[in-house]
Amino acid sequence: MSAPVLTAGAVRELSFGQAINEALRQAMRRDPTVIVMGEDIAGAAGRAHLGLVDAWGGPLRATRGLIQEFGPERIIDTPISEMAFVGAAVGAAMTGLRPVVEIMFVDLIGCCYDQIANQAAKMHYMMGGKIRLPLVIRTAYGTHDFERSYGGGAAAQHSQTLYAILAHVPGLKVVVPSSAYNAKGLTLAAIADDGPVVVLEHKFLGGVAKGPVPEEEYTLPIGRAEIVRHGRDVTLCGIGRMTHVCLAAAELLAAEEIDAEVVDVLTLAPLDEGTICESVARTHRLVVVDEDTPTASMARDIAARVADRAFDWLDAPIRTVTAPEAPVPFAAVLERLYVPKAAQVAAVARELVG
Amino acid sequence: MTQQVALSLYRRVVLIREFEERLKLLVERGVPVGAVHYYTGQEAVAAAVCEALAPSDWIASTHRGHGHCLAKGVDPKPMMAELYGKATGTNRGKGGSMHITDISLGVLGVNPIVGMGVPHAVGAALSARVRGADEIAVAFFGEGATSMGVVHESMNLAAIWKLPVVFVCENNGYAQATPVEYAVAADRISDRAAAYRMPGETVDGQDVRAVYAAASAAVERARAGGGPSLIECMTYRYYGHHQGDDPLRYRTAAEQTAARERDCVRRAREWLLADGYADESTVVAIEDEIRRRIDEAVDFAEASPLPAAHELLTDVYVPEAR
Repeated sequence: MSAPVLTAGAVRELSFGQAINEALRQAMRRDPTVIVMGEDIAGAAGRAHLGLVDAWGGPLRATRGLIQEFGPERIIDTPISEMAFVGAAVGAAMTGLRPVVEIMFVDLIGCCYDQIANQAAKMHYMMGGKIRLPLVIRTAYGTHDFERSYGGGAAAQHSQTLYAILAHVPGLKVVVPSSAYNAKGLTLAAIADDGPVVVLEHKFLGGVAKGPVPEEEYTLPIGRAEIVRHGRDVTLCGIGRMTHVCLAAAELLAAEEIDAEVVDVLTLAPLDEGTICESVARTHRLVVVDEDTPTASMARDIAARVADRAFDWLDAPIRTVTAPEAPVPFAAVLERLYVPKAAQVAAVARELVG
Repeated sequence: MTQQVALSLYRRVVLIREFEERLKLLVERGVPVGAVHYYTGQEAVAAAVCEALAPSDWIASTHRGHGHCLAKGVDPKPMMAELYGKATGTNRGKGGSMHITDISLGVLGVNPIVGMGVPHAVGAALSARVRGADEIAVAFFGEGATSMGVVHESMNLAAIWKLPVVFVCENNGYAQATPVEYAVAADRISDRAAAYRMPGETVDGQDVRAVYAAASAAVERARAGGGPSLIECMTYRYYGHHQGDDPLRYRTAAEQTAARERDCVRRAREWLLADGYADESTVVAIEDEIRRRIDEAVDFAEASPLPAAHELLTDVYVPEAR
């Protein structure tokens, strides 16, 4: 079940949410131990007048239609009880199921952080390797800089990029897909993994993530970054939606004959230092772009690792472009200022090359 | 009650008592076993609840978990070795007292983040239902844990999904040094059950027969599809919160003495003899056999190797299935 080669005509285009939906559906068809739990993943569960039609299907609509095919025994709407239903998923994962839990937004992680960081992540180590804990936690994150109307418009408690506090915990694997194609492959890989994997899904990828997705099941390796654009002059390293920001920055730089390479990190833990360092060995310059706030961030972690491991290859200081040290603001005019943008990334890259 | 059950209950309480008393001696002798929370005094609860379970049933335990593990069948040898931090331990020396587990015996883990093991039992019960397995799950927790939201959330989940869970609250009167009457706004913790549409009962947790009767009924109900229930067991820990805690800083000597007068092991022994389940020689033979097992466990732990240095970095991630 490795990654297929994309060939023209063989695939349809799917949105990010549709690709995740297909991954869940295919995993559930193949394996009766896969269940999905979360708040309103179906919505209005069991209301007689609806039958088994879901009213909601999760914030990304990634679980839409699943209850019709798999029923309420395996598509389990939960009350607003993150601590208990994530804990129940941990218990289910230790006893023979492969639960996929949806935490509506990563901002809610504080409601169940113990179950993730103290229980799920450490259980295998604490128990001397004598258990399996095949748990997937899917959660939505992120801001936007939409020009018209609101930005993301959800303010400081519904817009965060809190993945560093997950990647920080030994034992958790943390992946951040950026396209429909890698979302399907990484989601299926997460479900196939015998340990806990957190999948962070950006809320506002929209059209940039849409693309060809093979119909068959396939997995992409967890722990592998991908070079999504080759270049000679500078490496732009992106996470999630920031990969698209890096690609847009690369286009701006190309107009000035600066040839940027773009690395999509894809997995935050365990981090693929090798691919990032090899890219830096070719370009000798690195800009890391992260939507999270800067202190103790993935951006600075990647920068520190490259400084440790590839300092001799560098011709310029490593730079980071991150959100500022502030909560996510509400007003669209402020949220647009908050979010790292292609022009910012290009400007920093230009300084390094110039 | 059959003679087999009566003798099995006695074996379980004596096993826990002897294990904990030996452990206490080892600690006082300076054996470095890390942080331990003695179960001494509460044996009737673990023994009777686990007596009511099938081997394929699940339990989620607490920081004070030695008793639950022994009662569910964990071998004292690897358990003692785990306390010594040895490679032969239940957790290969990576868990210690607060994480002892044997998943093959249905132990979901001893769990020192108070209350956090409770949803694991709910998940195990959910898992059993999805897998179509005839398994139920028990969540052990102290009265201190009932101030944790996760315990209430878990009861609600078990109730709305009508899961086969038995919630067993061991009310030993103190969360560390904080007395229950200060911390819990209820006369009885079993009253909490009404809020989740499940039966709640308070029993003498120092009486192995009373706990067994309540647990058997709750287990039967869960297995028959009747959903969860809550049993509050009134009990007492004889020692401090952990090995370094002097309980006389917050409890009176009179209270401690009164609790020991209701000692569950002694009462079980008296009951076995009085009701003719066993004669003196049978009871003594059980006690001798268990002391031998504890001797062997200590010998095993002491003779076992320490973990190799490379174990520091193994088991961080769950490897691919072989």
